[in-house]
Amino acid sequence: MKLYLSTAPHIRSEADTHVLMRDVLIALLPTTVAGIYYFGLSAAMVIAVSIVSCVLFEYLWQRMTKQPVRIYDLSAAVTGLILGLNLPSTAPWWMPVVGALLAIVITKQLFGGIGDNFLNPALLARAVLLASWPARMTGATAYALPTCWSGADAVTSATPLAGYEASTLDLFLGNIPGSIGEVCKAAILLGLIYLLVRKVITWRIPITFLAVFALLSALVGQNVLDELLMGGVLFGAVFMATDYTTSPMNPRGQFIYAALCGILVCVIRNFGAYPEGVTYAILIGNIVTPLIDKYDKPRLYGRLKEQKKEGTVNA
Amino acid sequence: MNEIGKILLFMVSCVLTNNYIFSRFLGCCPFLGVSNKVETAAGMGIAVTFVMAIASLFTKLLYDLVLVPLQLEYLNTISFIIVIASLVQLVEMFIKKTSPSLYRALGIYLPLITTNCAVLGVTILNINSGYNLFYSILNGTFGALGFLLAIVLMAGVRERLETSKVPQCLKGFSGSLIIAGLMAVAFMGFSGLGN
Amino acid sequence: MPKNKSLSSVFMNGIITENPTLRLVLGTCPTIASTTSAVNAVGMGAAATFVLVGSNVVISLLRNIIPDKVRIPAFIAVICTFVTIVQMLMQAFFDELYQSLGVFIPLIVVNCIILARAEAFASKNGVLASAVDGIGMGCGFTLAITVIAIIREIIGNGTVFGINIFGAGYEPMLLMILAPGGFLVFGGVLAISNLITERVKAKKKDEKGVIHA
Repeated sequence: MKLYLSTAPHIRSEADTHVLMRDVLIALLPTTVAGIYYFGLSAAMVIAVSIVSCVLFEYLWQRMTKQPVRIYDLSAAVTGLILGLNLPSTAPWWMPVVGALLAIVITKQLFGGIGDNFLNPALLARAVLLASWPARMTGATAYALPTCWSGADAVTSATPLAGYEASTLDLFLGNIPGSIGEVCKAAILLGLIYLLVRKVITWRIPITFLAVFALLSALVGQNVLDELLMGGVLFGAVFMATDYTTSPMNPRGQFIYAALCGILVCVIRNFGAYPEGVTYAILIGNIVTPLIDKYDKPRLYGRLKEQKKEGTVNA
Repeated sequence: MNEIGKILLFMVSCVLTNNYIFSRFLGCCPFLGVSNKVETAAGMGIAVTFVMAIASLFTKLLYDLVLVPLQLEYLNTISFIIVIASLVQLVEMFIKKTSPSLYRALGIYLPLITTNCAVLGVTILNINSGYNLFYSILNGTFGALGFLLAIVLMAGVRERLETSKVPQCLKGFSGSLIIAGLMAVAFMGFSGLGN
Repeated sequence: MPKNKSLSSVFMNGIITENPTLRLVLGTCPTIASTTSAVNAVGMGAAATFVLVGSNVVISLLRNIIPDKVRIPAFIAVICTFVTIVQMLMQAFFDELYQSLGVFIPLIVVNCIILARAEAFASKNGVLASAVDGIGMGCGFTLAITVIAIIREIIGNGTVFGINIFGAGYEPMLLMILAPGGFLVFGGVLAISNLITERVKAKKKDEKGVIHA
């Protein structure tokens, strides 16, 4: 909880960031292992290329702009791992490289580096890759079947969100086609528990996100459990919506933000052109975050109300 | 019921899917120029909404009742810009008379609207897309609300980035364009909604 | 020949010193809209240049007749006339280009570059200088948007002016010819142009410093 006590922009030292990022890496470990277990060596390659290129771009940029090199704070490695887990195992080698360039240079460093990006770098990269090479990112041509897959209809079924049939247990364990990191819900939940126990994140964002999403899915007549276990909603809610830099600082703001994300995922899934909306939903949440923070500042000495009134009169 | 559903979807698509900034890139000058503070951005957005809604009504009437019967359709650009310029003046005087407080809030933005290409754009698009009077007004109003949403979100992000260590060559328009590009990527998620 | 020199400097002013797209950042909307392919950009640039030269010449001719109070509406009327002419010419001879630029051809009316040049230059200078200013500004605009368009077309479609340059193995990055790509590439080109200007300024300062020392 102590992480949410101060309201000013959090200035953390490199050492603090290092501890934090190490915890996130540990939390992502089960998901990574599960992904490699299901999709084999190609998944490991995608993740490795992604991490290496993210760290490399961070290093090169900081050298080029004559800043102190801060790759040991592990933030670039975390971005790289999350980006890799967001790709399908069939991604060609250049896709994580382009993604890393988008995430580290364009989304993060151009705006001042760690703590100054207004969008989640890995998510922005995923959104751009998805818009640029849709056939390589989703669907039957992109999603390999897990190596131990036992489904009946191996050829025609593509993504779990496009009319794919799998048992609830397979959905939960990750024995389904999909992006490397999103398939195994059991591993994601393990990571969530670790993050909560270590107080890296609070329950507010992931649980509100999922609860609002589940409620709305029920309202539009979907099978709630399947909706929660399909696609990337769980991975997004736990690992990507909770990024400190791009989510609101105060509890009330976090509820609003998470609810907005949940609503948008449901809307895009059910009414939009894309089968999956988690990426875009969280990015829109990121964009709204500065406004939420602006109007959700704690009042100082209860004087803010009067000041505001004066302000309007003057204007 | 079916008609109401259609209208609602049309509204959503005007605000989000076919957002004037992020997918039609109309009105970029004020979007980039007047978006450094949330309050001023909101003022600009509201003023644009005002003018765009009324301009849609008047230009559509002008086109259907005057230009088409006289077979002067090719004069639409010139007549529309005159309508918009005079509307901006009228709206300015009207607000000044009826609501001095609103005038104080919007006053400085009103003259800028004549050169906002989204206003002329929406009136021409109304004609080119063959919308009837009702849909023209809807398109004007909700398209402008989409502009309002975009410019307020942009201002929020820019206020937040004010204190960050942005490289010198990215201060000003270049940085704003890149922010707008990244926001446009996120807005792509709305594609297909309401169509 | 001082007059010639001033004309050439008027011309270069539009291309480099006050490039409307990269230095003054006017006309952002047509820049983003028409840079999806190099052909579109050249078409938009030519149309805008035609309007710019025409309106500059006419406004310069009328500069002593138009009363000061109604000059802005008068300028807009002149610009509108030329835009309507361009619209009809394009529709007649380059219909495909006209369709792909769509609403942005009539919108040349509100392209701030043209009104800005009418107000800042043509209403104060002779016909010849105004024409040259129109050509310079038009060329500056065309050059800048063509550069942006070539970058977008290469990355987003693998072609330059429709000619494939990477062969079949290249998988184009579709985003670059969509709306976000327009904002991103324009922003990037603008940033690079800012960087070059900064460097040039710093260098000039250095040289001056050396001379003074």
